[in-house]
Amino acid sequence: MTTTSDPGGRGDLKAGVPAVTMKDVDKWYGSFHALKDIDLTVARGEKIVVCGPSGSGKSTLIRCINQLETVEKGTITVEGIELTAGPKNVEKIRRDVGMVFQQFNLFPHMTVLQNCMLAPMKVRGTTKADADATARKYLERVRIPEQADKYPAQLSGGQQQRVAIARALCMNPKLMLFDEPTSALDPEMVNEVLDTMIDLAQEGMTMLVVTHEMGFARKVADRVIFMDRGEIVEVGEPESFFSNPKHERTRTFLGQISH
Amino acid sequence: MIRQFGITEFWFIVAAVQWTLALSAVAFAGGAVGGMAIALARVSEIKPLRYSALAIIRFFQGTPLLMQLFLAFFGLRILGVEINPWIAAAIALTAHASAFLGEIWRGCIEAVPKGQSEASWALGIGYYDRMVSVVLPQAARIAVAPTVGFLVQLIKGTSLASIIGFVELTRAGQIINNATFSPFTVFGIVAALYFILCWPLSLLATRMERRFAVATRR
Repeated sequence: MTTTSDPGGRGDLKAGVPAVTMKDVDKWYGSFHALKDIDLTVARGEKIVVCGPSGSGKSTLIRCINQLETVEKGTITVEGIELTAGPKNVEKIRRDVGMVFQQFNLFPHMTVLQNCMLAPMKVRGTTKADADATARKYLERVRIPEQADKYPAQLSGGQQQRVAIARALCMNPKLMLFDEPTSALDPEMVNEVLDTMIDLAQEGMTMLVVTHEMGFARKVADRVIFMDRGEIVEVGEPESFFSNPKHERTRTFLGQISH
Repeated sequence: MIRQFGITEFWFIVAAVQWTLALSAVAFAGGAVGGMAIALARVSEIKPLRYSALAIIRFFQGTPLLMQLFLAFFGLRILGVEINPWIAAAIALTAHASAFLGEIWRGCIEAVPKGQSEASWALGIGYYDRMVSVVLPQAARIAVAPTVGFLVQLIKGTSLASIIGFVELTRAGQIINNATFSPFTVFGIVAALYFILCWPLSLLATRMERRFAVATRR
């Protein structure tokens, strides 16, 4: 990861081109209106936490950013490249956008090291030696270098998720998406993953994180987004968002998760 | 005049096993190539590809193998292609195996969790590498047992080629029986030879199935 021009900061567009711009985005699953008129700009280096009840569209929102979901209306621009303009752009942008999934989605037939080396070699054309070195560097960073030659099934959930983070980092992404990265973990493993994400945030990575870990949001987020029924209901800085939510729906939601 | 069934007749039947094996091998090899193409077409994102593959599968699933052999043998003759039974049988069985292996392998590809493809897409991995490095190796593990199972069906299926005059194991039995009139002995031996070919494969399929079950449980 390169040290971005705006480490840990608010962003505020001063870094030039925003990392992500979503404009008038709408998405339907059949008759279900999954995303309603979404407008969102994410500055480089900014960390955004997205929360909301299940089915609110928060996962769909971030999955649109690397086009795992397509949208029916509106435009999405990532790093200055308009995704909604065609498949070529999609391929280009996916290389630069890392994603971490709830279910890890590691490749079970490959070792941890091979998991981390595959994309750099196949997509970027990195040599085997370089891919190996990069993989080991990031495994070190997520604090599991000793597991490099094991298979995913031999690791705990927390370790697997850290491998998934390392795998994404090996592509040297400009932006990282996290789709409920700790929801499938046993409680005692949540922190090791969150700590890894906090490290990453402190290094200046642009991050969009769907999570209910409000402690993480308070600590790391520049902005917290609350979604409900496909809409962005409220956006705020963590302090005001948690202590003084403006909308009734936000208050209800925060009440439900923080008892 | 009726011939005695003796050692010569026995060896004539045994020697025909090679033709059964040769036909099975050709059909299986061709079927593997065709089956992979059909399976990939079936899971393709391109609609016309998906539906043409489906049409091929439906045709071969919905008609008897014997009719498929007749169509290959007589159909090509009508078109003016002079064709010998060996080629007709090889074509028909290859097409048959392609359709069935295609359908079996489609199921195996679809059994690989969607998340594997999503992870590949998210990493920017393209179609070819996603298939070759991520999806197919995982599908292959699931596919081994049903594929060997189908191979057993295919070997037994080659017996139908006897009807269009291809001299393999079954046809050899018929020839000997016509000369010796000892059907029970002759077809007893023919059946035993099929069993010797197929049984080890069935055992292998069962063992692999069990091994896969263990492998996925951990």
